[in-house]
Amino acid sequence: MGSTSAHNNEGLGRRDLIKRSAALGLISVPTMSFLSACASGDSGSDEKVEKGKKTATNPLAVNESAPLEVVIFDGGFGTKYAEDASAVYKKNFPNATVKFSKTQKIQSVLQPRFNGGNPPDLIDNSGAQQMDMGVLVGKNQLADLTPLLDAPSIDDPNKKVRDTLRPGIVEMGQFDGQPVWILYYAYTVYGVWYSQTALEKLDATYPETWDEMLALCEKAKKKGIAGWTYAGKYPYYLPFSLYPFIAKIGGREVLDAIDNLEPNAWKHPAVKAAFEAYYELYKKGYILKGTPGIDHIQSQTAWTQGKALFIPNGSWVENEAAKTTPADFKMAVSAPSSLDASDKMPFGTIWASGGEPFIVPAKAKNVQGGMEQLRIMLSEASSKNFTDSVKSLTALNGGTDGLTLTAGLQAGVDALKKAGDNVVNPRLQDWYVKLQKEQIGVAGLGEMMAGRLTPAEAIKKIQGFADAAAKDPNIKHYKHQ
Amino acid sequence: MQHGKYRFIVGFLAAPLALYALFVIWPFIQSIYYSFTDWTGLSPDFRMTGFDNYARMLDDDVFWKSLQHSLLFALLLPLVTLGLALFFAFMLNVGGRRRRGAAIAGVRGSSFYKIAYFFPQVLSIAIVALLFQFAYNPNDGAINGALKAVGLDGVQPEWLGDPGLALWCVMAVLVWSTVGFFVVLFSAGMASIPKDFYEAALLDGAGRFTTFFRITLPLLWDTVQSGWVYMGILALGAESFAVVQIMTVGPGGPDYSTTVLPLYVYQAAFRDGQAGYATTIGVALLVVTLAFAAVVMRVGRRERLEF
Repeated sequence: MGSTSAHNNEGLGRRDLIKRSAALGLISVPTMSFLSACASGDSGSDEKVEKGKKTATNPLAVNESAPLEVVIFDGGFGTKYAEDASAVYKKNFPNATVKFSKTQKIQSVLQPRFNGGNPPDLIDNSGAQQMDMGVLVGKNQLADLTPLLDAPSIDDPNKKVRDTLRPGIVEMGQFDGQPVWILYYAYTVYGVWYSQTALEKLDATYPETWDEMLALCEKAKKKGIAGWTYAGKYPYYLPFSLYPFIAKIGGREVLDAIDNLEPNAWKHPAVKAAFEAYYELYKKGYILKGTPGIDHIQSQTAWTQGKALFIPNGSWVENEAAKTTPADFKMAVSAPSSLDASDKMPFGTIWASGGEPFIVPAKAKNVQGGMEQLRIMLSEASSKNFTDSVKSLTALNGGTDGLTLTAGLQAGVDALKKAGDNVVNPRLQDWYVKLQKEQIGVAGLGEMMAGRLTPAEAIKKIQGFADAAAKDPNIKHYKHQ
Repeated sequence: MQHGKYRFIVGFLAAPLALYALFVIWPFIQSIYYSFTDWTGLSPDFRMTGFDNYARMLDDDVFWKSLQHSLLFALLLPLVTLGLALFFAFMLNVGGRRRRGAAIAGVRGSSFYKIAYFFPQVLSIAIVALLFQFAYNPNDGAINGALKAVGLDGVQPEWLGDPGLALWCVMAVLVWSTVGFFVVLFSAGMASIPKDFYEAALLDGAGRFTTFFRITLPLLWDTVQSGWVYMGILALGAESFAVVQIMTVGPGGPDYSTTVLPLYVYQAAFRDGQAGYATTIGVALLVVTLAFAAVVMRVGRRERLEF
């Protein structure tokens, strides 16, 4: 029999083995820290392709033979729409090679390339692994898209691309001042989503006031249906209907103050009123049981199965929940209900804004090509292709004529029409990702809607987070212009 | 024949040592260097900021919460996992009723149990975490379903959605998925303990309890200790990251109730674009891990038993 310890020359004893396994474990632990540390310091070559000749059909002076590289986020919208647009580019510039790739891991794939100074020419910076735009802008990693916006549009040479876009798109691509860094390609309508059919079964229409909302929830509760559900593990879905609700009660300035991280912005009475209204849904038992423990897919499924009437969400939900949605569901979206007669904005005030942020890296080799690809995507043909295949609107204003729209998409278009100028666009989720998702969403709203914080406590906590973010020198700060 | 011995050894050691230095030591040094910078991870330019990151870390509530959870993982998980594994291994190898004259035997069906225990080890931790994420679903998950089935309709916790429970839920999954490995490890250790010891104990009239604490455990001590270190490192590092990241999604559970150090490193580096700060937390994690291993080595030191 052996010994528990190693004698001289007797080879590996158990004690040595322990030491070695400990050492082995030690090196595997901080993997993360050296994963991130591997590619820095490489200043990269700033080789750009030469500009081509500027013509009427090539207003951005794309080098016709330069290769183009596009990386697309492979998420709820898939990537086919972008592949189709790449095919058009290839047709327009037959001598160019287009390298097209898709990924769900935007950050881990592209972060080293930004560090190395050889990023691709066009990126759809979207999804859970989105790269922080504020940091990219702050570190001068993005190209200014103004030339694209000032170029003539593909469908009408007398119109600039800028003038064909939906309201708010250009502004959303800006961070403090002039240059436009990001082009949001999709156009999302946020709000309270519901099934027309389910409401009809209850003999109801969408409640336009909060009293009606409570009454309808009570009625549903008696039939064993919950009023609301939401993505409990991602409570930052709640703001999709809560923020426009706040704006409706207290006016746009309340949301602007919140975005600007002004002191006591969250202590505005409108915020308190909105929080208390939502908290009442919890108090009266109108939230689907178990909601705090489920994620976005599970909550959407519960909703399409008819277990709950309302869900705060964005217009991607129609595509995302398509598999579980019954044929007679008649998906619809509406603006938040009115709280009372003293609301500052009319019923219909809704949150709509750009989605799928496309960026052209400043260090890309073929910056013009990246922009040209975007210009192609913003043509009516490409836009219709997108809307038709993924049931979502694009940044291009209009462009839905002649398409048969699905129920949800049509409801989104109608909601936009009803809102008119009363479209709000809170920026927390693209300016301060951590604050919005983790601190306000999970630690604040999530806790309140699970009944573990009162509205007053939630507001105090959130104000604390916002104050900390305002003071944090590691975060770049922005203001509404 | 000592001639050229050292040249020979150096010749063989040079390549692995160089590789070790390049892929292990160098990244460590790099990380420590980056922890003194404001590197974003998204651009190659950064500047030195001295101890700013460290000062910030000491002032960061989420860091302290993560540290607390990580330490809890490192202390509690090995205790529970190894305790269970020792119990199972003992029952499988020694604890059975004596049959056909054998001095020691496992419980009936022990070879089957061994496979059953080891089975989770075959699954990737990502799959395990996903499976349990479904099981913990408060509405149609298996656990609440089982509770309902036995008439406990009133007890329907939100599991991962409840800050008081989420951390325990995550730990339970780690115990479930790792205990089998240690059962097999301890079984192997027990197999090498001479049978005469047990026979002697039997003749002296020792029961299972005494046999375990007087014979099995002391002779197995080194294996237990290495298991402890291994499990602790697992709990501090990769595994805890995987289960927390997958199961509790978002920022580490409701109200930061499950956030752990490696997850915080990941978030700072890959979400917030603050790779410099992330490496600072990584350095803290390194220190914690080293301290943990040192403590276990010291506390666990015992007289060496020869047999």
